[in-house]
Amino acid sequence: MRDVGIVSFAQSNAASELRNEVEILLPVVKEAVKQSGLARNEIDFTCSGSSDFLQGQPFAFVMALDGVGAWPPIAESHVEMDGAWALYEAWVKIQTGEMDSALVYSFGKTSPGDLAEVLALQLDPYCVTQLWPDADSIAGIQARLWLERSGQSERDLAEVAARSLADAKQNPHAVAKGDFDAEKLLSEPYRCSPLRDHDCPANADGATAMVIAADDTAKRVSKRPVWIRGLDHRIDPPALGVRDLARARSAEIAAGKAGVGAGKLDFAELDAPYTHQEWILREALGLGDGVRINPSGGSLCTRTLFSCGLNRIGDAWARLAAGEGDRAVALATQGHCLQQNLVCVLEGE
Amino acid sequence: MAELCGVIGIGQTKYDAKRIDVSMPGLLREAALKALDDAELTFADIDAVVVGKAPDMFEGVMLPENYLSDALGASGKPLLRVHTAGSVGGSTGNVAMSLVQAGIHDRVLAVAWEKQSESNAMWGLTLSPPFSVAVVAGAGGYFAPLIHAYIRRSGAPEDTGIRTALKDRQNALKNPLAHLQIPDIDFEKIANSPMLWDPIRYLESCPSSDGACAMVLAKEDLAERTSTPPAWVHATAMRSEPNQFPGRDAVNPQAGRDCSAELYKKAGISDPRKEIDCAEIYVPFSWFEAMWMENLGFAPEGEGWKMVYEGATALDGDLPVNMSGGVLSSNAIGASGLIRYAEAAMQVRGQAGEHQVDGARRTLGHAYGGGSQYFSMCMFGAAKP
Repeated sequence: MRDVGIVSFAQSNAASELRNEVEILLPVVKEAVKQSGLARNEIDFTCSGSSDFLQGQPFAFVMALDGVGAWPPIAESHVEMDGAWALYEAWVKIQTGEMDSALVYSFGKTSPGDLAEVLALQLDPYCVTQLWPDADSIAGIQARLWLERSGQSERDLAEVAARSLADAKQNPHAVAKGDFDAEKLLSEPYRCSPLRDHDCPANADGATAMVIAADDTAKRVSKRPVWIRGLDHRIDPPALGVRDLARARSAEIAAGKAGVGAGKLDFAELDAPYTHQEWILREALGLGDGVRINPSGGSLCTRTLFSCGLNRIGDAWARLAAGEGDRAVALATQGHCLQQNLVCVLEGE
Repeated sequence: MAELCGVIGIGQTKYDAKRIDVSMPGLLREAALKALDDAELTFADIDAVVVGKAPDMFEGVMLPENYLSDALGASGKPLLRVHTAGSVGGSTGNVAMSLVQAGIHDRVLAVAWEKQSESNAMWGLTLSPPFSVAVVAGAGGYFAPLIHAYIRRSGAPEDTGIRTALKDRQNALKNPLAHLQIPDIDFEKIANSPMLWDPIRYLESCPSSDGACAMVLAKEDLAERTSTPPAWVHATAMRSEPNQFPGRDAVNPQAGRDCSAELYKKAGISDPRKEIDCAEIYVPFSWFEAMWMENLGFAPEGEGWKMVYEGATALDGDLPVNMSGGVLSSNAIGASGLIRYAEAAMQVRGQAGEHQVDGARRTLGHAYGGGSQYFSMCMFGAAKP
C-alpha cells in the first residue's frame, strides 16, 4: 500500500440557509485547494459524494461540477454516498499507482425538505416505505434495544449529549452547542421514547472538501504529515428485523480490517447522529475510557448529511495536523441504524 | 505498479419494458447469479460489491443499494455506489476494476441496473428545481439540437441516423436478451416512424428498459484459472467537463477526445481504427454513432457518418459497432454503460453467440452521460496487456 496523507480540509459553517448547494460548496473547495499548497492542475483526480434525493433533482452533482470547475476536462467520479466514501474511491485510485493526488468533496442541503420523511425512502420500497416510518422513530427502536442489552440508562445517553454540546462550543462550524446539565436534559419530554430532542441530531446544510496526496507530495506540502494508516468499509443487511440493531457488526469488521486496535488511540471522531449510537460504536471499535470521543462535538451537534462522515475524518486530521495527538480513528456512517460504516485510522508523523 | 485485472464472469438479465416478474432485488440477483455461474463462483468468493445506477428518482428509492445489499451477498463486505450520470455503468466497471488493480481485493462483483418501470424516467428528468429552468423535454429534447449542429457542420446525409438504427435493430435480432426485437424492421419502417424530437424519430431512439448487468473481476492469478478465458483489462479512463460555458463544443466534446486519447495511450494503441476489432459504444439516439466515431478518433472530424454509410460499423464491417443492438435496443439507463463493457468483454471471450465478431482480440467499451460531458471507457484484450 502507498502512503497517502490528507493535506488539507475545509468545511462550511453549517446552517439552514438560503444559499444553494453550489454556493455553499464553492468557497469550501476553494479553501481546501488553497490550503493544500497544490495548484489546481497538479491535482490528478476529483471525487465527490452527494444525494439526488436531498437536492430533489436528478444529477445533483452535475451542477456542482459546473461550479467546482472541470476545464480542461478532468478525471473525475462521484458516489451517491457520504463524502467519506468518495475519499475511499480516491484513495483506491491512488493505490493503483495511476494518480498521486485527489480533491474530494461532498455536500448536502436538508433544510428544504422533511428529512425524516425523505429518509423513509431508503427503506424496503415494497413493504416498509409505504408505512412512512420516520428516521427518529427507527432510531428510537435501536436505542431501546441498546439500553435493554447494555443495561445502560437514559442518563448515559444524556451524558453523551451534554459532553458533545459542551465540546461543540470550541467548534465554529457546529450548529448546536452550549452548557447543559444531563439531569436537566432528562426532564425534557420524549421525542421518540427513549430518545429526547437532545439525543437526536441537529441537522444542517453543509459542504466539505479535502485534498489527499501520496508519499513525497504529501510530505512536501504538509507541516506535519498525517497518514491514512487504515481505511475499510462494510455494510450490514438492511431489514430492521434481520440484524441485531443493538450492535454494529459492519463497524466492528471495518475496524478490524483498518487496524484500529493495532496501537494506542488519542481520540475518536465518530459519525454517531444519535447519542445511543456513540455507545454502540464505542463497543464495536473497542474504544476504552481513555479514548476521547468527538472533541468536535460530532454529528449529534452538526449533522450535515452526506458531508458529516467526511467531516469526522477532516476534524480528526485537523487535530493531528496541529499536533494534538498522534493517532486517531474516524468513522462515517450511512443508512438507517448504522447500516453501513467506514473506518479510517490516521497517524501523525 | 497496478495488478492485472481480468473479467471472469458476465451476466445480464433479459431486458424488457416492464420486468414485473421480478422485484428490484430479484432483477439484480438474476444478473449477479448469471455472472457468478459464468465465473464458476458463488457469492462467498466475492470480496466486495460495486453498484451503479442513474438517478435514484428513476425508481423512487433513496440509496437503493443499501436496501439491495443482502440480495447481492454484500452483508459484512464493502459496498460502493457509483453515480456519474449516464456514464455510470462504465464508471461502475472502472471503480470495480480499480479495486483489483490497486491490490485491495482479489475478486469484485460489479452490478449496474435500472428498473424504469418502477417510476418514470421522463418525469425524473424534468422536475422543476428551485432557481433553475425546467427543460420539459427528456433526454431526446436535450440532444436533438446537438445532432442538428452535427448535421450542419458535417453535411451528413439526412438518412445517416436511419441507417444506424436499422443496423442496430438488425443486430438486436441476433441478441436474445435485447429488449426491442422487431423482426420485420426495414429502412421504410424507421423512416416512417413518428418524429419525436426533430431529427430523432421514434425508431431512432432508445427504449425505456428494466434490466441489470453484472461482471466478476479477478486479479491475474485467479483470472488465469477459469475455464472460459478472461477478458483482460488493458486500460480504463474517465473524463468529465462542465455542462455549460461559452465556447464548449458539446457536439465533439473535449472530455471524450481526451478520454479516448488517454485510453489508447495506456493500451499502446496508435491507430484505433486498425488496432481495435469492434466496439460497444453508448448510442442512445441513432446519430450519436456517427458523432462518436469522430470523438473516439475512428474517423476524421466531419466524416464519422461515412463509416455508417459505407457499412464499416456493420457486423461484417471493418469496425463493427454495437453488435448487441446497443442502447438503441436495450436501455436500462444505469446499466447501459456496463452492458457496453460486458458485450465488449464477451467478444474477446468468444461468448457473443450469433453477434460474435470472428477473431475479436481487442475491443472497446464506452459510455457517456450528462450533457455529453461524462465519459468512461475500457479497453479489453484476449491476450494479457
